Amino acid sequence: MTRYITVIGLEVHAELKTKTKAFCSCSTAFGSRPNTHVCPVCTGMPGALPVLNKQVVEFALRAALALNCRINKFNKFDRKNYFYPDLAKGYQISQFDQPICEHGYIDINVEGEEKRIGITRIHMEEDAGKLVHSGATISTSDFSAVDYNRAGVPLIEIVSEPDMRSAEEARAYMESLKAILEYTDVCDCKMQEGSLRCDANISIMPVGAKEFGTRAEIKNLNSFRALVRAIEYEVERQKEILEDGGHVVQETRTWDDVNGVTLSMRSKEEAHDYRYFPEPDLVPIQLDDAWIERVRSELPELPGARQARLVKSFGLPEYDAGQIVSSKAMADYFDAAAATAKDAKGVANWLLGDVSAFLNSENIGIEDFKVAPAHLAELVNLIKDGVLSSKLAKKVFGELLKEDASPKALVEKLGLQQVSDEGAIAALVDEAIAANPQSVADYKAGKDKAIGFLVGQIMKKSRGKANPGLVQKLLKERLQ
Amino acid sequence: MELYRLTAHEAHDKLVKKEISSVELTEALYKRIEETEPKVKAYVTLDKENALAQAAAVDAAIAAGKEIAPLAGVPGAIKDNISTKGLRTTCSSKMLANMVPIYDAHVIKKLRQAETIFLGKTNMDEFAMGSTTETSFFGPTHNPWNLELIPGGSSGGSAAAVAAGEALWSLGSDTGGSIRQPASFNGCVGIKPTYGRVSRYGCVAFASSLDQIGPITRDVTDAALVLNCISGKDAMDATSLDVPVPDFTKALVADVKGLRIGLPAEFYGEGTARVVKDELDKAVEIYKKLGAEIVPVSLPHTKYAVITYYIIAPAEASANLARFDGVRYGYRSQQATSAPEMTTQSRTEGFGLEVRRRIMLGTYVLSSGYYDAYYKKAMQVRTLICQDYAEAFKKCDVLLTPTSPVPAYKIDSQMDPLSIYMLDVTTIPVNMAGLPGISLPCGFADGLPIGMQLIGRALDEATVLRAAYTFEQATEFHKVYAKLGGKD
Repeated sequence: MTRYITVIGLEVHAELKTKTKAFCSCSTAFGSRPNTHVCPVCTGMPGALPVLNKQVVEFALRAALALNCRINKFNKFDRKNYFYPDLAKGYQISQFDQPICEHGYIDINVEGEEKRIGITRIHMEEDAGKLVHSGATISTSDFSAVDYNRAGVPLIEIVSEPDMRSAEEARAYMESLKAILEYTDVCDCKMQEGSLRCDANISIMPVGAKEFGTRAEIKNLNSFRALVRAIEYEVERQKEILEDGGHVVQETRTWDDVNGVTLSMRSKEEAHDYRYFPEPDLVPIQLDDAWIERVRSELPELPGARQARLVKSFGLPEYDAGQIVSSKAMADYFDAAAATAKDAKGVANWLLGDVSAFLNSENIGIEDFKVAPAHLAELVNLIKDGVLSSKLAKKVFGELLKEDASPKALVEKLGLQQVSDEGAIAALVDEAIAANPQSVADYKAGKDKAIGFLVGQIMKKSRGKANPGLVQKLLKERLQ
Repeated sequence: MELYRLTAHEAHDKLVKKEISSVELTEALYKRIEETEPKVKAYVTLDKENALAQAAAVDAAIAAGKEIAPLAGVPGAIKDNISTKGLRTTCSSKMLANMVPIYDAHVIKKLRQAETIFLGKTNMDEFAMGSTTETSFFGPTHNPWNLELIPGGSSGGSAAAVAAGEALWSLGSDTGGSIRQPASFNGCVGIKPTYGRVSRYGCVAFASSLDQIGPITRDVTDAALVLNCISGKDAMDATSLDVPVPDFTKALVADVKGLRIGLPAEFYGEGTARVVKDELDKAVEIYKKLGAEIVPVSLPHTKYAVITYYIIAPAEASANLARFDGVRYGYRSQQATSAPEMTTQSRTEGFGLEVRRRIMLGTYVLSSGYYDAYYKKAMQVRTLICQDYAEAFKKCDVLLTPTSPVPAYKIDSQMDPLSIYMLDVTTIPVNMAGLPGISLPCGFADGLPIGMQLIGRALDEATVLRAAYTFEQATEFHKVYAKLGGKD
């Protein structure tokens, strides 16, 4: 059977976090009543003209520099012509042959392998409005209404080189890109709200082939999971076609998340001729060195640098550090907690363990996590100082989730301090030895496991408060 | 003299001296409109109630001893492609026949601040596409000098209104000659300002890189007054220029001694009618007598101007008119059963033939595989045309040409579109180069006014106005009235 290589390139649309739209002063706020953030400009009234919001260029420039792109000091807008009811002017203001930047890259890491993924270009453009159908789908609706609140919201489109070879690489690229856009604070990256959207160009070719196979462009990938599933599905689909002696058709397909399949939208023949030409209502953008250098100097610490710092300063494993920095909010939380924690690794373990599990179960982000970083640090310190066993710590953590408070105060309130008094524990140990002669005999006969049962009995007796280390130590001494 | 015959500055003087009131003046205009409009058909929409209310407000200000702006209380007319809040703005198209804008164009805001009076909206070629005002959905406007003739276009209604005594001044828009050519056919003064001098915000776009709003008036002084009012940087138009605006009335000095007037050979060739050449020759003689220096110059790429214009302008128009899709406003076909069909049908039924022709042309030249051969090439030629003018202005200060190679011609003359396009050869290059151009009366042929065009350097409207004013002061052509087919 022929073996194939998968080739993936991604086109990512990121809504910029400007307060106002790209070409008018309407608000970009999400979730407002339909058609409340509109004006003659963004609804394409006769005679209205666009004026560029400088902040759009500033944000695009920031993303461009963070993604290692070469800036085109002279760049311009073009009109991309097509009809759709949500496109008020009948054209989208975009950048065609002279975008703001080109030739960037992101370094990703998949299973310990470093890889550089090229970024072809980033260009600025405006978003379209949104159709709201009266029925469940467009074909079952009596009518559709248009909401132009989103029309004119600024976007950057980040086009990658076809450098990815697996769904995992695509996912790693998307995660890194998302992190960088968050770090630079240009996009809030909420895939479910559509502020970060992804299309994937996917093709396969037999191992050893010189030319890429025919690609399909997959749209409507609204989550990392959708991206991975769609690539896996599409690769299998294309393999089957080739195995059956067929040809992959160049076309645009859409991902059906419910049924887990890609469906054909339009073929190459049906593709639009966008008839790009320079936007005569806007003057070209001239970026001077001073502007570029100011933006460069104001760039925050980016995920890669932050990961290295966490490894170097706190001794975190590479992988853990990578996990933490993949979300800026998580990394910020870590830094805040680590500032007062006596055990930064402990903080990392909590964040990647119980905290992440809780966030996942609640389906919220760390931004919405109620426990203050200082309190998590305090909890870690209580463990480090031997005040809490890890088991008790989990109990305290459970309480913190209910109501954020000082763990120290909680421990006192609930009487959860660990008992580390040797005399008290020794009494419990002796009691346990006396009550469990069989286990003692087993241990002495070489069954090491038997000691676990004894520890358990003692912990139970102490209602979990006995210092487990001390219990172990005393037990072993007694049983020698 | 009848009040409707006043120039704007004469009306201003009478208002200030309290010889007349603005209400009186405005009512005189509406009475005139009532009498002559059935013959001329210059207007699409009248706004009498609001106009009279505004006039009363100005009268109150004058009565209260307040100083008023030069155009305050002086009634004018607005081309119907300039957005007026609450007042129907149709672009003379079925597509927008019932369109009431929700905002004012920048120039309208400025004129409202100046407390001027808007009598109504004037007829035009549909979406400003045409040179005759015959492509209007509402039917043609008639030339007040001879009602069987076209008034020119596309600002034919604006020029005819001023010539017929139906407005003291008006606004037009000029993409390839649409202010200057109708001004010349109607014996009026019309200026296309430097591209970027006047904000285009609210002027329904035809060809964005060429469109400019400008005045059509009865004399050069009025043109300077209106231009003063509408010029200047507008934050809502990225292409409006952030440069100081001089007081253009300061340029109204009757003196051309030493002024170098260039005569580009390409504008006096075979295509130019004998009668037009004769009047231009006389004008040259007048300038010589006034002390100007006449310099022969050449603009070698003039012959490519029309064909490149008919690539660039339709290309931009094809995108500019895409917003008329029947979704948010304007004409919507009731035949359609799907959204794409709704757009197609609405556009097919809502646009007239000439508009559809230009959309097709523009769509074609931008299509994949044709862009380089047409649009890109045309933009390169445009650069060459600009260079021609830059070269010429090394030798002279203004250029003098006919405004149109022919005088006004018959309505429904059945000319083929290409022949009509070619007649814009004298005005189109000025838009291509973004320069200021003025048309003013320089003679008559068979009772029809002939116009001459003065073209200046970018942002040098002042020199153009001075040359025009000097000529006007030395001649009487602007004092002759159109007869409206009768004795008047």
